[in-house]
Amino acid sequence: MYLLSGENITCGYSSIDILSNCTIGVKRGQIASIVGPNGAGKSTAMKAIFGLLGIRKGKIFLDGEDITNLQPQERVLKGMGFVPQTNNIFPSLSVQENLEMGAFIQAKNCENMLNYIYELFPILRDKRYQQAGELSGGQRQQVAVGRALMTSPKVLMLDEPSAGVSPIVMEGIFKKIKEIANQGTAILMVEQNAKQALTISDLGFVLNQGKNLFTDTGKSLLDNKEVRQAFLGG
Amino acid sequence: MDFLNGITLIANYIIIPGLTYGSQLALGALGITIIYTVLRFSNFAHGEFMSFGTMTSILLTWLFSNLGIKLGIFPTAILVLPIAILITIFYCLIIDKFVFKFYRQQKSKSVITLIVSIGVMFFSGGLIRFIIGPGDKNFFDGERFILKAKTFKALTGLNEGLAIKTTQGVTIILTILLVFLLFWFLNKTKTGKSMRAYSDNQELALLSGINPEKVVLITWIITGTLACVAGTLYGLDKSYKPFTYLHLVLPIFAAAIVGGVGNPVGAIIGGFVIAFSELFITFAYKKIFYYLLPYEIVPNGLLQILSTDYKIAVSFIILVLVLLIKPTGIYKGKVI
Repeated sequence: MYLLSGENITCGYSSIDILSNCTIGVKRGQIASIVGPNGAGKSTAMKAIFGLLGIRKGKIFLDGEDITNLQPQERVLKGMGFVPQTNNIFPSLSVQENLEMGAFIQAKNCENMLNYIYELFPILRDKRYQQAGELSGGQRQQVAVGRALMTSPKVLMLDEPSAGVSPIVMEGIFKKIKEIANQGTAILMVEQNAKQALTISDLGFVLNQGKNLFTDTGKSLLDNKEVRQAFLGG
Repeated sequence: MDFLNGITLIANYIIIPGLTYGSQLALGALGITIIYTVLRFSNFAHGEFMSFGTMTSILLTWLFSNLGIKLGIFPTAILVLPIAILITIFYCLIIDKFVFKFYRQQKSKSVITLIVSIGVMFFSGGLIRFIIGPGDKNFFDGERFILKAKTFKALTGLNEGLAIKTTQGVTIILTILLVFLLFWFLNKTKTGKSMRAYSDNQELALLSGINPEKVVLITWIITGTLACVAGTLYGLDKSYKPFTYLHLVLPIFAAAIVGGVGNPVGAIIGGFVIAFSELFITFAYKKIFYYLLPYEIVPNGLLQILSTDYKIAVSFIILVLVLLIKPTGIYKGKVI
């Protein structure tokens, strides 16, 4: 039983279908990755599940509830967090203001969540009064993830969290993602670095040309000869 | 003594008027900068919004004077300012609802909205002249001077007098107050921060649950307030004539661009840069040289770099120089 799932989704831009009859989901407290070649529809799937893109067929469920017709903001209130691939921070706001904006939609005080995020990403505490736009790529990514975590979502969606950062920083990001999942937040992410992503994933979805090609545990996908040869470089 | 006389002369003819005019430009430029960063277009109708605010202040001043309500030594316009601000905000919101909202929903390019704003400018100008007429209106009342030149001379024993008009004092104090309030709002309140967030990254602001309609509403409330105050202060200081405000929009734009469009601090600095440049370049220095140099070597001319008729040209020269040398402005703003 998935916590968040998009079932049999068909969607796309203008009249062209990017995804056809595609099913993606993540279970409570687990990590799920969507991998596949360029143009497979990975980011489109994320947008469709978060409601940034209308879907033509299929349904989206969160915790058993049909959320297909909800606006993205309403999905945030229901317990979803989304980190876009690019433009995912407010560059002229300070780090702390970025995090506060993440909690904007909530009426309650965000003091506890701020502390939790500063413990998760200690570097952000040191730089909390600095403009987020002045930070390095890896630190920006931490701000972006922190912002999405401010509403304490049940499930966090990450679109290419390692895009544009060095391999060392990437390693750190994956470690943090694992830590967040261990705290009980389910994670659904899209990744270019399929190998690393599948290593930490409980479940993996291999997409190709908008269709589910393989769906299996991260480990068995890594062991799958066909997947290895086609997408992981042997 | 001659040196002190020279300083007093500069203070009287350049520094005090410069601070006043600079404050008025700064308030205007702030309005333009805020519309530009949040709604993403250059609002050429801002001068007419200022004119509308001034017209409202004048009509209310007349009404209050007829009712016999006055504010002692201060101009009645200050008393009616809060009501005039509310009416100006209301006008801005109506224009937004019937004009700008459509282009926002169409996600029009900012240059299209700019042209629309020119339409709004002509419409508003026409409406204003229809209501109050194109003539000169002086609506200043109360005590004219805070410090009279005569009093200053008697106090200091200098030849030159230093006069501070009530309107000048009121302008500078109100500007400081308003700018302080604006910065407090933008940097310390949740709503202010959400406005900055919206101007930074609209899509992410939407994802964070920031309501764009509310941001737009607050933007117009701020713009209407700034426009009404800036316009009324300018009108009080120099007398009100609708056509003046059509020209006023140009130095205001120059101020916003010189300071760095999109940067509120830049708008304020830009306002003062433009105001002081205009005054320094069009001032006749002859008298100052009489005080500072031996009588024989002072030339006969007025020693004026440019005639005051070229005031507007000064702001344009600065504008062109800034756009050529440092297009982002003094403070790094967005390049238009």
